[in-house]
Amino acid sequence: MDILTAIAIMALGAVVLGAALGYAAIKFKVEGDPLVEKIEAILPQTQCGQCGYPGCKPYAEAIAKGECDINLCPPGGMEGVQRLADLLGREVKPLEAEEKPKQVAIIDENTCIGCTLCIQACPVDAIVGAAKQMHTIIAQQCTGCELCLPPCPVECIHMAAVGETLDNWKWKYPVVGIKAVPLKDAA
Amino acid sequence: MLNLFKFWGGVKPPSHKTESNNKPISVAPMPSHLVVPLHQSIGGTPKPVVKAGDKVLKGQLIGEADGWISAAVHAPTSGTVREVAMHVRPHPSGLDSLCVVIDPDGRDAWIEHAPFDLASAAPADVFAHLQRSGVVGLGGAGFPAHGKLTPAPNVAMDELIINGAECEPYITCDDLLMRERAAEIVRGTALFRDLLQPKKVLIGIEDNKPEAVAAMQAAVTALGENFTVVAVPTRYPAGGAKQLIRVLTGKEVPGSMRSTAEMGVQVFNVATAYTAWRAVAHGEPVISRIVTLTGNVAEPHNVEVLIGTPMDELLKLARPHPDTDGILMGGPMMGFLVPNRQVPVVKTTNCLIAHSERLFPPKAPEMPCIRCGSCAQVCPHELQPFEMYWYARAKNFGKTQEYNIFDCIECGCCSYVCPSRIPLVQYFRFAKSEIWAREREKKAADEAKARFEFKQFREEREKAEKAEKLARAAAAQAAKKAAEAAAAAAEPAAGEAPAADARTAPAAASAADSEKAAKMATIQAAMERAKAQREAAQPRNTGELTPEQQRDLAEIEARRQAAGISEPPAATQEPKAE
Repeated sequence: MDILTAIAIMALGAVVLGAALGYAAIKFKVEGDPLVEKIEAILPQTQCGQCGYPGCKPYAEAIAKGECDINLCPPGGMEGVQRLADLLGREVKPLEAEEKPKQVAIIDENTCIGCTLCIQACPVDAIVGAAKQMHTIIAQQCTGCELCLPPCPVECIHMAAVGETLDNWKWKYPVVGIKAVPLKDAA
Repeated sequence: MLNLFKFWGGVKPPSHKTESNNKPISVAPMPSHLVVPLHQSIGGTPKPVVKAGDKVLKGQLIGEADGWISAAVHAPTSGTVREVAMHVRPHPSGLDSLCVVIDPDGRDAWIEHAPFDLASAAPADVFAHLQRSGVVGLGGAGFPAHGKLTPAPNVAMDELIINGAECEPYITCDDLLMRERAAEIVRGTALFRDLLQPKKVLIGIEDNKPEAVAAMQAAVTALGENFTVVAVPTRYPAGGAKQLIRVLTGKEVPGSMRSTAEMGVQVFNVATAYTAWRAVAHGEPVISRIVTLTGNVAEPHNVEVLIGTPMDELLKLARPHPDTDGILMGGPMMGFLVPNRQVPVVKTTNCLIAHSERLFPPKAPEMPCIRCGSCAQVCPHELQPFEMYWYARAKNFGKTQEYNIFDCIECGCCSYVCPSRIPLVQYFRFAKSEIWAREREKKAADEAKARFEFKQFREEREKAEKAEKLARAAAAQAAKKAAEAAAAAAEPAAGEAPAADARTAPAAASAADSEKAAKMATIQAAMERAKAQREAAQPRNTGELTPEQQRDLAEIEARRQAAGISEPPAATQEPKAE
């Protein structure tokens, strides 16, 4: 009799806890993968596809699933790799491609024929223009992804490094100048 | 007597003020040319409204304010605009910014200007007038003055503080201004008082300037105002806005607070009050300021200088010693060596110090931090510079923010007392600008993400719309076909007539037929056109051939067929159908 009571108590406990867990799983369901969001927050959102995935989110998803390495994002740079490594507890690896300074696309407006191909290619809608009208790039919105370069039939788009201006100038890391001091002659 | 409070820390460096404060303000002679940077205040860069070759008059607008937090820029003298081009600005970066270069004509002729009618003006008109006159905070930050003259909506304005503390060593321009032009400062203060409606007005002056305190007190009494002139203890950085607020009112402004107006306090520099009064009472925009020339010079004194005067020309007035190797703009604590000596004087240039190694011997090399805590004892914001240094050096910026790096006012007290001679402020500036840069990048990334997601959403929507349209068209087509089939089925059933006798068919059927026929004709015509085009596009080199050539071709063709690499001639002769 005792054993039956014990089994009944355990079974009841299992049912109650199972119901509670089941309820919590529905009630407090997390939409989307929080890890993907965290990874995506580190990625630079250039949507350039240099990692081999069609955008930053697919790359973040692939990283979260462990399908690919964390060193495939050149715009994120070594710093991005470092931060991803810190987040995921993975090892820091050197970047696959070389790191480039931040760039912005520039359309040579005299050469542009107004074909709209670059507008279609731009992932962030940073190019304005209409068919047979000159196109131009909104520099503030351009992420420097270079996706507009290949479709241009007249090669009127080039990339230019973003120069240092008073708006983006930064104080430099203090360095101690080392200078050679002439040796004193031994007396 | 007002009960004064104390702020934490601070230092007492040798003041070096007596060198330059014993001579009256002189007026600088006209320089050879003037380089007026358009961006001289915090906020939007004014838009140039003149171009090369234009004749300008003294006080004429050359840069129009861009947005609310921005202030206009004016021609300091009459002359010709040489160019509107990029020139180095007095900024530690040494980067160029857009400047208007003016060649003076020597007449110094004023543009027509008149006093501003204060009696009938609404506060908004006064703000607009101050903005148009280019009145900015002349204490150092250059914040447009009109932006600080609106009380916070739900906090009563308790105190208006006029800052004449001038705590940095060497600088005496505010001292001399208060001694010589006290009445106008007091009138400007009254203007600010009328706009802000504070409960009381305090004028804080360090007690190492007794002449200035006396002059201001006399002016306040003479004008019958109820302002309190307070001599505050001399201690760097008593002239910092937050320190002066602390000393005079006991209020501590949290570092995260953007504007002190939220605490019911507002602080203006004495020179700002002076220029605001000049702008209102005389209609004169800010085109000149008082600059202390001191340091490694034979005749340290104060001069009234046109904005845009090249610094090397200006410093010559004080006869610098030959071993001068640079110009410090601002004081020795917070100032910086200007990138080159030709940079112009701007609205926030309060002092030029001729730099020499004799006066400012180079610092001995930096040594490791011994965690003595001296920096924490002098920090006026009660921060822990040694901790912030540690994390800034390791580029662990999150931690520096936890230690409230953004409360740091970069006063330089910590670097001044550091026994290991660590350039602490440089580390903090580095960390701050890195954090700002990251925030900018993060903002740009978020924006890019939003735009990318919207583009994807739009493409999906367009695809769906297209699919829907096609489906609708297909459905319509199917319905039409079904209707035709039904009509065709109805035809024999209704009439029982022979199929060949089309003339006896019902009207509905004949209408459908004629439509079909028209469509067929169109298709036929299109095919004809296509055929004609294809024929027109035939390769020309097979057209008019001589009999020999034709024979050669036939032979080649025969060989090719024999080798099995060509199709029979019938196919090659006829143009290929679609």
